[in-house]
Amino acid sequence: MDLFEHQARELFEEHGILVPRAEVTDSPKRAREVARGLGGRVVVKAQVKTGGRGKAGGVKLAADPAAAELTARQILGMDIKGHTVDKVMVAEPVAIESEFYVSYVLDRAVGRFLAIASAEGGMEIEEVAATRPEAVARIPIDPVEGVTSAKAAEIAAAAGLPPQTVDVLVRLWGVLTREDALLVEVNPLVRTEQGRILALDGKVTLDDNASFRQTRWGDEGFAHDDPLEAAAAAKGLNYVKLDGEVGVIGNGAGLVMSTLDVVAGCGARPANFLDIGGGASAQIMADGLSVILSDPAVKSVLVNVFGGITACDAVADGIVQALESVQLTKPLVVRLDGNNALRGRAILDGRDHPLVHQATTMDGAARRAADLAHAI
Amino acid sequence: MAIYLTKESKVLVQGMTGGEGMKHTRRMLAAGTDVVGGVNPQKAGRTVDFDERVVPVFGSVGEGIEVTGADVSVVFVPPAFAKAAVIEAADAGIGLAVVITEGIPVHDSVAFTAYARSKGTRIIGPNCPGLITPGQSNAGIIPADITKPGRIGLVSKSGTLTYQLMYELRDIGFSTCVGIGGDPVVGTTHIDCLAAFEADPDTELIVLIGEIGGDAEERAAAYIRDHVTKPVVGYIAGFTAPEGKTMGHAGAIVSGSSGTAQAKKEALEATGVKVGGTPTETARLVLAALEGGT
Repeated sequence: MDLFEHQARELFEEHGILVPRAEVTDSPKRAREVARGLGGRVVVKAQVKTGGRGKAGGVKLAADPAAAELTARQILGMDIKGHTVDKVMVAEPVAIESEFYVSYVLDRAVGRFLAIASAEGGMEIEEVAATRPEAVARIPIDPVEGVTSAKAAEIAAAAGLPPQTVDVLVRLWGVLTREDALLVEVNPLVRTEQGRILALDGKVTLDDNASFRQTRWGDEGFAHDDPLEAAAAAKGLNYVKLDGEVGVIGNGAGLVMSTLDVVAGCGARPANFLDIGGGASAQIMADGLSVILSDPAVKSVLVNVFGGITACDAVADGIVQALESVQLTKPLVVRLDGNNALRGRAILDGRDHPLVHQATTMDGAARRAADLAHAI
Repeated sequence: MAIYLTKESKVLVQGMTGGEGMKHTRRMLAAGTDVVGGVNPQKAGRTVDFDERVVPVFGSVGEGIEVTGADVSVVFVPPAFAKAAVIEAADAGIGLAVVITEGIPVHDSVAFTAYARSKGTRIIGPNCPGLITPGQSNAGIIPADITKPGRIGLVSKSGTLTYQLMYELRDIGFSTCVGIGGDPVVGTTHIDCLAAFEADPDTELIVLIGEIGGDAEERAAAYIRDHVTKPVVGYIAGFTAPEGKTMGHAGAIVSGSSGTAQAKKEALEATGVKVGGTPTETARLVLAALEGGT
């Protein structure tokens, strides 16, 4: 889960990293008051979990409190790459002498975290890395030792950062490890004209797997943007909304991803990813079907289950029971294969629901679901 | 021969007395696995009566190894305790720890995979279905009765896709199938398995199943080019996955241009690996490669 900039700023501050004075608000009037408190001239920044805010007009300088209110009014409610701006951060402007880039990111290739640092901050680090790779230092971090002062000094020296950044690098490692983050990035980290090192903007991605021991962000942090995703999450379903017309239910993340591909290969677009896992009980099937059927874009539904640990007759029983509690409004194509597939198919044949179709292969089932979606 | 797991393997189950542990220990025993003990400090000294045999519960992995000579541990303990369980197994000198547990924080996985490596313990997983050498032993939750022993080696990030291919190719059968897990950090990689299958005389052909996220498949492709002489058939899931969304597996997330299914497919094909468009087509490519004797 990505944090908002103001949440990242809060974490940095708690870990002793200097940040500009600022306040987050959803009210233009409050933005005016904050500006007054900060001396009049402020930066108003849209709080959205996407890049490219500046280019989209989501970051603006306001010369005085009245301008801050006006600017906040303009930015609030703005749509930036599909994200609606609900809050703005009103921050003091900073006189920048130089800008740096620092981050810790998971290096999946070796299963360790990597420090990435550059004396050329403020712009897209990918661009710097592509055009001038020698300007970007990449230092692997030993998971047992972590970032000591000596390691931080090594990172700073490799990237050509001033010695005052060493302390920030150590503290930033504290943010990463103590908050169970997968990424912490400060861009830019700046040296002000007064010589102070300040984190001007930051990004933090937390590990969803660690939510059991990182409870501070609560529902706010782990909330889903899409209402269907939120409804599915409330039922404990692993659901991702997509923008097609064929609803997809399957067991196992890999098989469901593969099913999406096969649907796309048949010329249709999948409406969602939904992994019901190994269980596939009647309740889970009913919950899954009701979430998918509540998506108005869905024109047909494909259930693709491979009976491995769960036998297909149990899955078929689950589907039949789910049909008792869920009003089926769209055609449903079911493909059961693997353990007890014949028994499972016989159970569905016995139910003889007019909207339920069966297919014996994954490719055939996807073709059928795509045809049914296009027939409507 | 097979890789990592044979009928000689003596298996401990950490978390055997929990719900999942009980269910899958029963299945492992039914598949012929030599399960020699469970581990649970609270239930040390007791036994659990499965149909096939009565299995003792030890207070620690160390005690289990001492009494039984176990060399493999299958870990079912909940995410909050998984790191301690794996470190205990590594400290006790287990050769292979198969971590089934899903939902382990990445910082914990980073810590225990590094620690295990320093102790000479191989980790498979976490968040994986384990591995099976059909007809010999099954360590984890892979269904044993959907395939039979044979000459294909399979390595995959995904459980159900593994089952799908095992089933489609059941008439030929498998030497060993390894589910390495879908998390961003795993103990055993595609490359580790490719190397082991290349060296395994029982394996004639290797099936490699990947999915979006990271660059493990691209690195596997480079390894195949330089080190693998046996035929490899690939399959990649996630062509239609949207950028920036996690699709069930924590590792299956596309951010930016690298890590896409297309990039992985191209990397594999550039080394001569045939890549199927669907699981069924992948199975057909395997059959063709074996019949062609290539």
